[in-house]
Amino acid sequence: MTLRATAATSLRVLGQLRRDPRTLALVFGVPSFLLILFRYVFSGQEETFNRIGGPLVGLFPFVSMFVVASITMLRERTTGTLERLMTMPLARGDLLFGYGLAFALVAAVQASLTSAVAFGLLDLDVDGPIWLVVALAIANAVLGMALGLFTSAFAQTEFQAVQFLPAFVLPQILLCGLIVPREAMAPVLEAVSVVLPLTWAYEALSLAVAGETDWRVARDAGIIAGASVVALVLGAATLRRRTP
Amino acid sequence: MNRAPAIRIADLVVERGGRNVLPGLSLDVHAGRVTGLLGPSGSGKTTLMRAIVGVQIVESGSVEVLGLPAGTPELRARVAYVTQAPSVYLDLTVRENLRYFAALLRVPAERVDASVAAVDLQGHEGQVVRTLSGGEQSRVSLAAALLNEPELLVLDEPTVGLDPVLRRDLWSLFHELAEGGRALLVSSHVMDEAERCDDLLLLREGRIVANEPPGSLLERTGARDLDEAFLKLAAGDG
Repeated sequence: MTLRATAATSLRVLGQLRRDPRTLALVFGVPSFLLILFRYVFSGQEETFNRIGGPLVGLFPFVSMFVVASITMLRERTTGTLERLMTMPLARGDLLFGYGLAFALVAAVQASLTSAVAFGLLDLDVDGPIWLVVALAIANAVLGMALGLFTSAFAQTEFQAVQFLPAFVLPQILLCGLIVPREAMAPVLEAVSVVLPLTWAYEALSLAVAGETDWRVARDAGIIAGASVVALVLGAATLRRRTP
Repeated sequence: MNRAPAIRIADLVVERGGRNVLPGLSLDVHAGRVTGLLGPSGSGKTTLMRAIVGVQIVESGSVEVLGLPAGTPELRARVAYVTQAPSVYLDLTVRENLRYFAALLRVPAERVDASVAAVDLQGHEGQVVRTLSGGEQSRVSLAAALLNEPELLVLDEPTVGLDPVLRRDLWSLFHELAEGGRALLVSSHVMDEAERCDDLLLLREGRIVANEPPGSLLERTGARDLDEAFLKLAAGDG
């Protein structure tokens, strides 16, 4: 792996996103729009908005980066550019880390914008530090990207890749504790939720929002990082130089 | 030819989708020459090229490229492969594409201009590739392969959809590169390009039916042109 190839790949991915202003507008604008919607759906129930809104700021990047990364990689596979890259002096790690850096940067902008809207305009009230929410949002974006890159290997078309969102992400959102506390779930579901990375991403965010920034946040952040690395390694394993 | 061949293939067997695409193929390709790989579509040209650049899973046999087994990491900077469909980023400009590939190949960005000129795309550097015509897009793809002046160029139908003037120019570029000591393997399914090659490899159903310069092929088959020569060979009386 070389810094030069990783950086060049990051710049290339950012360049592609720059040429697609509509996608960027959606990535940057939709989370704020949804938060505004949440705010008024829960008008008069500030407490609920505060409990759900804070973690949502940190979960949006997971969802958007999952989709953007899996479609970008799928395009790379279907247009033949991946095959070209595989014949060139580029380590698979350069490609994946290049993607990771680019999407982490986009996620940082997305999370900052969403936070500005949530905490500035919508008076979202959290007890913990706002920077921690933003930092966790970036970590979740990297996790979403890593899972998106990995799952894109199982899609042959963009239609299939988009379906991975409800198939792969929605169950994690249902089980992570955001909608129903995990303790209140059927034991089987609670057991399943333990192995889903988003559960720990949500726990870290809800602790940060509640101002309970203790060792559990660090442990959860470690789990997010670990799951990202595992997904990236699995993703690298799906990038074959030789294909049938 | 006293030098070691640029490509040496022995008993190569490749299966794709349960079909024996290359049932046991042996050939040599030499540096300093433009070798044409000709044959109808489905004859195994692309599979053979993929095996040479080391991205094809092969059943058995050996593929040696520049003295090393195909797919050796060291070869990735010495061999360039241009696929039939342009494999460049449609949402980037010509320059952005070539700068990216130049960075991966560790060549200075100035090489981009030389590559653009070689495929006659000056004036289009700032254009997004998606907005170019099909022929222009494949030239961008070809330009990326010329960036680091590789020792072996494997080009899959590089002249499809190009006008005659441009085709002539590209073929003279190929010969220039060959005269500089490089090896070129260029596939085509149109026989009128065969006469532009130094050596011909005629492929039919995964088997080599001829491996010689165009002149000797004509002489051997007694055909008036290469089209007829191919038909004679295909009929089995070559």
